[in-house]
Amino acid sequence: MSLEGAVAAQRFGLGARPGEIETASAAPKAWLLRQLDSPVDQPQPLDSGTAFKSGGDLVTALIQYRKDREREKAQATANMPAPDPVKVFFKTQVQEYSREMAARFAVGFTTQKPFAERLVWFWSNHFVVSALNPAAITFVGAFEREAIRPNVAGKFEDMLLASTRHPAMQLYLDNALSIGPDSIAGRISGKGLNENLGRELMELHTLGVDGGFTQADVIALAKILTGWSIDRDGGTTGFRYYPARHEPGDIVLRGKIYNGGEEAGIAALKDLARDAATARHIARKFAIAFIADNPPPESVARLEKSFKDTGGDLKALAATAVNDPASWKPGSGKMRSPVEYTTAAMRMLGWPRTTTDQDKQVKGVMAATRMMGEFPMAAPSPKGWPDSSDAWSGPDALLNRIQWAKELGNRLPQNFDALAVADASLGPLLRADTRAAMKSSANSGEAVALLVSSPEFQRR
Amino acid sequence: MFNRRSILKTAFAASAMSVWDAPVRFAFANVPTDRRFVVVILRGALDGLAAVPPHGDPDYKSVRGILALDTTGTMPLHDLDGHFGLHPALINMKTMWDQKELVVFQNISSPYRDRSHFDGQNVLETGGTGPHVLGDGWLNRALVPMGLSTGDGALAIAASPPLMLSGPARVSSWMPSVMPQPDAAFLKRVRALYADDPILRASLDSAIHTETEADAAMDDKPKTPEQMAQRMGSYGDLTPLFTGAGKLLARDDGPRIAVLDASGWDTHVNEGAGDGQLARRLRALDAGLDAMKTALGPVWKKTAVVMATEFGRTAAPNGNGGTDHGTAGAAFLLGGAVEGGVVKADWTGLKPSALKDGRDQPPQTDMRALFKGVLSDHMRVARRDLDGTVFPDSGSVAPSGVLFTA
Repeated sequence: MSLEGAVAAQRFGLGARPGEIETASAAPKAWLLRQLDSPVDQPQPLDSGTAFKSGGDLVTALIQYRKDREREKAQATANMPAPDPVKVFFKTQVQEYSREMAARFAVGFTTQKPFAERLVWFWSNHFVVSALNPAAITFVGAFEREAIRPNVAGKFEDMLLASTRHPAMQLYLDNALSIGPDSIAGRISGKGLNENLGRELMELHTLGVDGGFTQADVIALAKILTGWSIDRDGGTTGFRYYPARHEPGDIVLRGKIYNGGEEAGIAALKDLARDAATARHIARKFAIAFIADNPPPESVARLEKSFKDTGGDLKALAATAVNDPASWKPGSGKMRSPVEYTTAAMRMLGWPRTTTDQDKQVKGVMAATRMMGEFPMAAPSPKGWPDSSDAWSGPDALLNRIQWAKELGNRLPQNFDALAVADASLGPLLRADTRAAMKSSANSGEAVALLVSSPEFQRR
Repeated sequence: MFNRRSILKTAFAASAMSVWDAPVRFAFANVPTDRRFVVVILRGALDGLAAVPPHGDPDYKSVRGILALDTTGTMPLHDLDGHFGLHPALINMKTMWDQKELVVFQNISSPYRDRSHFDGQNVLETGGTGPHVLGDGWLNRALVPMGLSTGDGALAIAASPPLMLSGPARVSSWMPSVMPQPDAAFLKRVRALYADDPILRASLDSAIHTETEADAAMDDKPKTPEQMAQRMGSYGDLTPLFTGAGKLLARDDGPRIAVLDASGWDTHVNEGAGDGQLARRLRALDAGLDAMKTALGPVWKKTAVVMATEFGRTAAPNGNGGTDHGTAGAAFLLGGAVEGGVVKADWTGLKPSALKDGRDQPPQTDMRALFKGVLSDHMRVARRDLDGTVFPDSGSVAPSGVLFTA
């Protein structure tokens, strides 16, 4: 076991599973980068229920629900009020979301490609869609499976396009409803623009808030994206361009004229993806995620250069971070987010330890994670979950973790070899005083609780 | 009311305290103030013209269109002074108005002039002149002149303190929890592991202290997930958090400052007028305030609550029955210590020429004036501190002349 192998699993991965540090130790950087050579894992249902639905099928279901609602409303009489289709529909959707997230957690617990999975989590927290939005809840699982996972080692602009055109994003940031005021549909309906997607695309997804755009640019991009919506017929992807809603004529975005229906939107997104401000914005965010809360400027500069030189090649970007000397500096790392924290514990314990009740166990971890203040694909705003140590080290947040660590220890079998597990999962990162405290514990449950509460386990 | 459970809890609280020998635990014995100050951050940009409709303005109905509120009918707005009103959902706030415990601000805004939620919240919370100019929160900096910076005089009702309360001065955070607190001996062992991690150690000390206090304050603390679910109410219910804040603030040895978050104001689509999406959220907020007032009991008389948002929204509806990001909006100051019953608005009308960029409420009053007014007149922070450390570069912004009874 080498220190570098342990750091690779801890800082770039999701915390080591038994045996992982040995595997990584021979050639830690190669071990990390090899994970990007094949497609990333796709979550599979943990229960015996149906397979997860595609974005297109989910749009079909949404359209059908809207039709049912209209029909039920029309048929309702004073004595027989219509059943509340909204309630029924969303109950099903919440269950489906929960199934998707359980499968996602299980991938985190078990994956042999933890760096690839970290990248998935990073990009899903960059192109944010949130289940807190009732319109989007159905779609967030499909969004990650379809727009993020296939592209984490691909091109930034491909991920940007896939994300923007996914029904989840169209619904979450309201573009599905946005209509060009001077379009045919706009003139008939009197409906108009919605600026939400146009703004967040530039502020959060590409240029960054200081990347050089004005309110006029927000309106311009919103106009360019009119007509992009969800497909009334469901279709394969759930996305469709409706020319009758598209704002006609020349539209000036950041000094450049766009004209030409759907293609104008694609061109605008590609221009944004290739902008120097985007390279700067992404480089900084990536460095904060994988290197430090306050990354060295030269590390950020290297990432920025990589992004620019390769035209936004995300595999090259990941390699640049892995090869950065600052990434390997030992010392107190960043605080793990709650999802990272509970995932690391499950990996350490070698989940699943039983063949039964896996779904139930995952749901238990999910509930604990939610209580610690984070839940996947359910960020409070389009900015996503915070990625700074401050956000996760507050008093109440920390106490919740320690409470959970204690409960976790209580549930382990008496003969559990806590020290062996600690050595396998942290290797040289396990500190002497944590080891000593574990050794002097009354039982293995308490030893594990101390380990999971320790600074080296809270941080990565 | 003593039952077995509460006795056990008290016993536990005592033992939890005994393992900590830090004297700071008893710092509240000589807290420098008995006044309470609460900030509710309304994240997401509250529509000021929906919360505080200027129904007397000649252009109100035409500009607001489908979002205009009625003065009569089944969902009438609450008239305040013939010109401004409160949204129909704000029933308890109307009662506070009638009891002269509410000051309403209109056309108020932080110095931020763009339309990003996140930069807007950064300016609102740091008290800087622009986004990311300052790295910590104005309320944290204000703890020093208030004499509350060494103990747990300030509390965030959140897992981790929001930026407004973050900074060098020590603060705590608290949320209702389902899981049982580990025994004191175990926590002491964990604390020993944090010897070389000052951030985690300070955080844990603070948590233990607040949790012990909360255990004593919450006489009916839920113990099972079922009880918890019942306590949390339905999704979006703010009363558990506001009640918790009120109970902790009500204690003699409790915090004097609290910050709460209430999000869900980003109404781009189907905002609704008298009823609908925004009305439901306002109803939840209004219920939360009433719950906090109840929990505070007699301490309500010593309390001032400020509710502020990062910016307002467009005056007119957008294409989807919602509103987009704007500039100025509404803010509120309320509490038993407030001498209220007034609207503070430098009102310039709703004609396009009066609106910023022809679309937003114009920023006529600086939000820092409101914050400074409360800090100055209620919390007795000197002007030189307000203009110096708390709100740097704000010398030209005079504290708003809000009045307090106590």
